[in-house]
Amino acid sequence: MLKVIAFNRLSQTAYLCLGLLALILLPWLVGFTGGNYWVRVLDFALLYIVLALGLNVVVGFAGLLDLGYIAFYALGAYSFALLASPHLPQQFESVAAVFPEGMHFSPWMVAVFSIILAALFGIILGLPTLQLRGDYLAIVTLGFGEIIRIFMNNLDRPLNLTNGPKGITAIDPIQFLGISFAKPLDLGFVQIPGLYLVFYLFLLLAIAVAIICTHLQNSRIGRAWVAIREDEIAAKAMGINTRNMKLLAFAIGASFAGVAGVLFSAFQGFVSPESFTLWESIVILAMVVLGGIGHIPGVILGAVVLAVFPEVLRAIVQPLQNVIFGHVLIDAEVIRQLIYGLALILIMLYRPGGIWQKSGTK
Amino acid sequence: MDIFLQQIINGLVLGSIYALIALGYTMVYGVLGIINFAHGEVLMIGAMVSLSLLRLMLDLTSGLPTWLILLIVLPFTMAVCAGVSYAIERIAYRPLRNAPRLAPLISAIGMSILLQTIAMMIWSRNPMTYPQLLPSSPIDVWGSGATITGKEIVIIVVALMVMSGLLFLVEKTKLGRAMRATAENTQIAALMGVNPNRVISITFMLGGALAGLAGVMIASNYGNVHFYMGFIPGLKAFTAAVLGGIGNLQGAMLGGLLLGLIESLGAGYIGELTGGVFGSNYQDIFAFLVLILVLVFRPTGLLGEKVSDRA
Repeated sequence: MLKVIAFNRLSQTAYLCLGLLALILLPWLVGFTGGNYWVRVLDFALLYIVLALGLNVVVGFAGLLDLGYIAFYALGAYSFALLASPHLPQQFESVAAVFPEGMHFSPWMVAVFSIILAALFGIILGLPTLQLRGDYLAIVTLGFGEIIRIFMNNLDRPLNLTNGPKGITAIDPIQFLGISFAKPLDLGFVQIPGLYLVFYLFLLLAIAVAIICTHLQNSRIGRAWVAIREDEIAAKAMGINTRNMKLLAFAIGASFAGVAGVLFSAFQGFVSPESFTLWESIVILAMVVLGGIGHIPGVILGAVVLAVFPEVLRAIVQPLQNVIFGHVLIDAEVIRQLIYGLALILIMLYRPGGIWQKSGTK
Repeated sequence: MDIFLQQIINGLVLGSIYALIALGYTMVYGVLGIINFAHGEVLMIGAMVSLSLLRLMLDLTSGLPTWLILLIVLPFTMAVCAGVSYAIERIAYRPLRNAPRLAPLISAIGMSILLQTIAMMIWSRNPMTYPQLLPSSPIDVWGSGATITGKEIVIIVVALMVMSGLLFLVEKTKLGRAMRATAENTQIAALMGVNPNRVISITFMLGGALAGLAGVMIASNYGNVHFYMGFIPGLKAFTAAVLGGIGNLQGAMLGGLLLGLIESLGAGYIGELTGGVFGSNYQDIFAFLVLILVLVFRPTGLLGEKVSDRA
């Protein structure tokens, strides 16, 4: 008996090590077979995992529908874009005077800043709405997402803060312990391309967020969220401060998006309002719902599937149509949208727990 | 002073369209206690269908007066929209009536994406121009310099007529009584011989028909249509419904008109008030500000009853 347990534990560790090794080798494998384009896709998939896990705290754990989630991502992205690009010093002489060598805040500092900023905005938004019905929250967050986008689009005059629809360019790349992720890292025996470094960094972040989420779920807070989600009045009767607990979920979800936003803008080197439309919020929601609402492995699966799937679609469907019909009959984009819409409906109708749902739930 | 009058006129036009859409939200909320997220898309489908029908009619019949063409196209459009709205209820809402609260919201969002994509595939990805069939030459109002077009007069008058018709239907007819009974308590209404499923379907269809009409109005007012045109008006009409007190018909009408006026006056004066810092491109923000303010200070809306604990 003891032997079996020991063996199980051993094999668990072995699996974990094997999994990690596979993840470490993944960018090399993908890079050799598919080229850098697909490594980039992987990087974005990891970023989406962070976003989906963050939204899962709000939607999955606490049962609050947030349709403006991307706004917090935008806050993070624009914070870094403004604090680590030549845009502000170019526009304002006073800023240039304070930062004669240009503004180059470290992404980690900005990440901390945007955690606070996003959480703050989450609380401001949640306070009036969280004591009302869930539907109101959905609409207000949707409206908030639009407001943020309208501001980003229009704050280029009279003072040019966001550079309007053109967006902000020349944002500093990610730096970690003095290593710039924009160029390959030379280890002597091997050169690690920047895209691969970004992959490892995002992987670390995604793992960290997943661990935080797991701990949250199993904590007193997580149980309070479940109670609120299942029956708010009963939860209140059990002495849970429902408003504060909901606010907490909202703020935590928002802060994950804030961090992801900072890394996004540092990775892209460019941000514009176009990256933060309602559609993006819906994509992330689809990841959570499709994968398995409230179930962390499911959400991760959902994020990976929906992040990689459109690219595969683009790579396969367009050439396939070219071969069959001689031209592109239906755009990959349209097919993707169609599938997202159908998936949201069908999953809700037939498998409300998502494709990889928690065992024991129906 | 003529700018003020002009903004009032614009606000009334906008407001009566919002009111028509808001009625759909508020009626559905009344009978089911849910917010129909796909309602804005019904409006878009209305605009698209009417565009196709108008093109067809203009091709087939020449010499028919344009108002007559519009009069023929409208019922068809409204019928199609009623059908779409019915389908939304049957597919996205009815099977999930006893599901957790989040489920119908998400399926409705799926429905909304689906409708947009279908519209994109049937019609076009790009904006299309909408034929101008009503007189759009400006008429001076009492020599004040403010102008109103024949089109705008028609929009306001038709909206008012349809709204009073709806009020009559809900307040005075047997069907209206069944709707009110269902809204009050579905189970007891069912015991009294009302078929709630039928009432709910009819409510969705009525709301859809109104949204279709509103879609035609928006399309003729702005002169173009596109597949995402339902989103913003839908959001604003929802705000209007909340402002008036969701679940309350008169509230939706009042809220719609008020929101139209707030928006149009806000857009007209924001530049002056903020010394040019913000321009009229911030027009879309007013609705959301109103929404948040209403939810903070008077979550029941102007004419509404208590809504907070109907979970």
